[in-house]
Amino acid sequence: MDWITQILAAGLSAGTPLLFATLGGILIERSGVIQLGAEGLMLMGAVTAALMYLWVPNLLLTVGAVLVVGMLLGLLHAFLTVTLRANQIVSGLAMTLFGTGLSATLGQPVAGAPLVGSAPLLNLNFLSSLPLAGPLLAHLDIFTWLSFILVIALTLLLKKTSFGLRLKAVGDSPGTADVMGIPVTLYRYGCVMAGSALMALGGADLLLVYSPTWIQGMTAGRGWIAVALIIFSQWNPLRALIGTYFFGILDTLGFRIQLAGSTIPPYFLKMIPYLVTILVLILVGWRTRHRPSSAPRALGLPYLREQRL
Amino acid sequence: MSLSRPSFRLVLDPSGKQAPWWATLVSIVLALAVSSVLILFSGADPLAVWAKMFQGAFGSGFGLTETLVKTIPLLLCGLGVSIAYKIAVWNIGAEGQLLVGAIAATGITIYFPQLPIEVALPLMFMAGLVAGGLWGLLTALPKVFFQVNELITSLMLNYVAFLGLQFLVFGPWRDPKGLNFPGSPIFPSAETIPSLWDHSRLHWGLILALLLVGVYAVAVNMTRWGYEIRLIGANPEAALHAGIRIRRHILGVLFLSGALAGLAGMMEVSGVTHRLMDSVSPGYGYTAIIVAWIARLNPLGLIISAFLFAGLIVGGFNVQTLGIPPSIASMIQGAILFFVIGGNLLGQISLRRTTPGAGA
Amino acid sequence: MERLPALQMRQIVKTFGVVTANDHVDFEALPGEIHALLGENGAGKSTLMCQLSGVYRPTSGEILLDGRPVRLNSPWEASQQGIGMVFQNFRLVPTLTALENILLGEKAPFWHGSAWKKSRRVEIEAFAQRLGLNVPLDTPVELLAVGEQQRVEIVKTLYRGARFIILDEPTSVLTPQEVEDLFHTLRRLKAEGKTILITTHKLKEVMALADRISVLRKGRLISTIAASQTNEKELAQMMVGEQLEPPRPRGNYAPGEVLLSVKDLEVHADHGGRSLSGFHLEVRAGEIVGVAGVSGNGQKELAEVLTGLRPWKKGHIVFQGQELRAATVRSLIEAGMAHVPENRMKSGLAGSLNVIDNLLFKSYRLPERSRWGFLRLKDNRSWSRDLVEEFSVRTPSLDTPVQHLSGGNQQKLLLAREIRNNPRLMIAVHPTQGLDVGATQAVHDLLEDLRNAGKSVLLISEDLDEVLELSDRILVLFNGKVAGEVSRAQADRHHIGMWMAGLDQESP
Repeated sequence: MDWITQILAAGLSAGTPLLFATLGGILIERSGVIQLGAEGLMLMGAVTAALMYLWVPNLLLTVGAVLVVGMLLGLLHAFLTVTLRANQIVSGLAMTLFGTGLSATLGQPVAGAPLVGSAPLLNLNFLSSLPLAGPLLAHLDIFTWLSFILVIALTLLLKKTSFGLRLKAVGDSPGTADVMGIPVTLYRYGCVMAGSALMALGGADLLLVYSPTWIQGMTAGRGWIAVALIIFSQWNPLRALIGTYFFGILDTLGFRIQLAGSTIPPYFLKMIPYLVTILVLILVGWRTRHRPSSAPRALGLPYLREQRL
Repeated sequence: MSLSRPSFRLVLDPSGKQAPWWATLVSIVLALAVSSVLILFSGADPLAVWAKMFQGAFGSGFGLTETLVKTIPLLLCGLGVSIAYKIAVWNIGAEGQLLVGAIAATGITIYFPQLPIEVALPLMFMAGLVAGGLWGLLTALPKVFFQVNELITSLMLNYVAFLGLQFLVFGPWRDPKGLNFPGSPIFPSAETIPSLWDHSRLHWGLILALLLVGVYAVAVNMTRWGYEIRLIGANPEAALHAGIRIRRHILGVLFLSGALAGLAGMMEVSGVTHRLMDSVSPGYGYTAIIVAWIARLNPLGLIISAFLFAGLIVGGFNVQTLGIPPSIASMIQGAILFFVIGGNLLGQISLRRTTPGAGA
Repeated sequence: MERLPALQMRQIVKTFGVVTANDHVDFEALPGEIHALLGENGAGKSTLMCQLSGVYRPTSGEILLDGRPVRLNSPWEASQQGIGMVFQNFRLVPTLTALENILLGEKAPFWHGSAWKKSRRVEIEAFAQRLGLNVPLDTPVELLAVGEQQRVEIVKTLYRGARFIILDEPTSVLTPQEVEDLFHTLRRLKAEGKTILITTHKLKEVMALADRISVLRKGRLISTIAASQTNEKELAQMMVGEQLEPPRPRGNYAPGEVLLSVKDLEVHADHGGRSLSGFHLEVRAGEIVGVAGVSGNGQKELAEVLTGLRPWKKGHIVFQGQELRAATVRSLIEAGMAHVPENRMKSGLAGSLNVIDNLLFKSYRLPERSRWGFLRLKDNRSWSRDLVEEFSVRTPSLDTPVQHLSGGNQQKLLLAREIRNNPRLMIAVHPTQGLDVGATQAVHDLLEDLRNAGKSVLLISEDLDEVLELSDRILVLFNGKVAGEVSRAQADRHHIGMWMAGLDQESP
């Protein structure tokens, strides 16, 4: 493999966890709810995967367990923010703190235990003849393929289906959606639960594919980067794909520079993704300064039908 | 089907009534109950854990002192966070601001080790304040000029600050006599905050922190500045119509917010640990968010909740002997926050009977 | 011939907290009639209609369609029963096109292929044409004019098969010509057998359009009467409940020196686009200048420029003989500019703060209100108490958050604050929006008092009646320019309507 393929491969494997989490976040925010708990959800996803896989080394069961945990935590967030109309930001922060603490507590027994052979690769040799990315695509793990499928599915879902149209109404103008007979609460619950499950799946992917040993706090801010990527992608799954691989490459860049014999202390190299996140958001803010935001119009606002204004 | 049958339904009355204070208490109790179940899951006896925690935090003179020691950074960070929340700016970067405050204060001891106490302490004090404040400004500037979400910026900066800290304590500032321990040399005694009484880890910072809470209460409720802050927090657009310069206030408030956290960092190294270590903060900056929120930004509430959460942290360390990681404390914190925000709103829900003909 | 009522509401009670919005209302509508619900703002007519359309659920009482009791728990259930409502604030998703908005409520297949979309487009276009309603289908509705948006709403409602069409204050935002068109459409729908319910507080419209009229007052239904058996005067009395007080005599119109002069102003809207260009305006001391026009023609930007909230690109603004260059909100407040903003709770008041804090908005920097950076808490309290008394603001206490006050009291509080700041020029945008008749009168009196005291008022309002009633001079804003100007004496509805619609650029 030449170096471009290597960098792409590294970006792909480091970016896929972010991609799952970002896609989940896009789905949630499109319904008008903010979910800042990505960090906590990713950690819970990772620890669930570690516990489940070490208990029963079955990938399907593991992924199932991760999705269930993500959905349950999503249900909690939805109940607090949609039904009780609690502050979405605070609920998300609570989710992160809770997930960080609970994952560390639950993961104590398996901390440091390596998982073996957890994510099978799909060998699709017929793809290897494709230029540039061919050799890469020929040997990807199933999670990466799943993430590709999700990007396409989510794009089509949002753009080409009655669900997508109604979701846009729910996220932009829930009052209208309600009058039109769209069950706003149900849509929001559904999106928050499904999206949170995807965030947990991102954590599971991180553990099962990228770094197959549970370490307390192993996401190291990736959940927050995913939150930033939602904004960077302007709530568009295809742009999320680009953004997450860009960050995936950045993530491994430090390591690579170090391997190349650089004398820059590794601590500074590790700062790169965090600093670039801020820079990217500044860039997005600057580029969209004269445009109306493409964020869902009702993002962060709880909806109550019998509200007297 | 008609409405002639009496029926009950849940009514959410959003008229803005605050939940009574005991709703917070009930929520905390419920959170502890749920945490018990989770502790059970992780294979320990919840009752033993609670007993151990309580014993560790409040059960002895030493524990109580430790709890008070940890109240200081929580109170200062909670205060900083509260001021930011007053103008609806979500500063979750207190952790990073605390760390750079600690780094800056340590810098003074490293580069000026011979200063007399009356010069050294004010200098370190200023260094912590300014460093934390500037770190806070790093969050405010992108927000004010590029509409960058402050949550993300401040959180990213936490990681940057922590990596910077690691670089220093593993690198240039490592104590040459420290046997590879990741920490700076011990501060000279002229550069440490005096204890409240002999041989105690509790230092004068506690008094200062309490004073600052009083200043906060006065500033917010009685000054022109506080009025402008309250107005921005209540309705930024109306504040604009009143001729208040919101951007300037955001910059100022985030400087202040960061400065208070930076001060907490300075006090941690100068008052408690007497050296800079990579474990200087067990997440004070994050816990402070909960402290502020549960106190509903109320000064007296801040003191109470900072003390309680300090106890939770101290107790969390104490349960390590039961084979449970101290991170259990942050799980409980998260659970408490969930229940408190839920509980505050549950207070607005009531069961009402709807009967035909009844006017009310 | 006695027709059976198509729709009955029996003993409807609706309460919001302690407020009773509907008090044992009995209401009936016949098939194929245009039935107007007449009442002041706050009389409970919109609340009543919202229960019919499933937005609110009655606290008690029952609703019958064709004699059968029905339960309307949501707008969706109401639409299943053939009830459709055109809201005052249109229920359209602003980011979707008209076509998408109409399809939104449809039972649609999951997959929205392009063939399916095309067939639907053809169908809806034909449907709209048959009704004589012309709507652009492929533009996001937020870019459409208000009248067009309303037509989209009507098409949408009808396309969903409504036989009862409720229109909530449909004419308040339209030009007189658009009102004519709307009435034409409604008569046509009536001829097709639809039952049309329309809420309004405008007597003229009721008499011109309705077959029968129900008058609501303070949540109670006062009377239902055929339009042919009543007159405006009788309706007005029923609506207000007592003999109408004769209007106060108006002070003499004696304009003084020029206070504000705006020349060749060009202002940009939020996202690019010019919203005012080549705009001229002059306001003299002691006059009320009304700015009429359909919203979105630059009113918002005009008010913002004059209060320092928005920069302008080009042109000269001279206030009290001084040319403004980079005016800030603060410098203009100090120079005597007062502002009653369009939406009081959005930008005029801080709902969660108390009465005192809200009164201090513009004056807290004065030495009488604060000293050395500290507020004079005691002085401010007694000052606030005086103000609340003088302007008869009803509030439980000075420490009550203003969101708990009624709309009228909120507005009085706001005006008390602005007037007490001793302004030279008051810019009032929709100052009586959503107020009941008493509060409206109080606000109008306050504005006239200002004028009679030699101050000036720039009244910006969509409500043409209000502009005509209060102004000494009237300008009509269309597309960022003054389309026409007329004095009070020569004001003529028809002509103003033409200007509002941009049909006539000439002055009379």
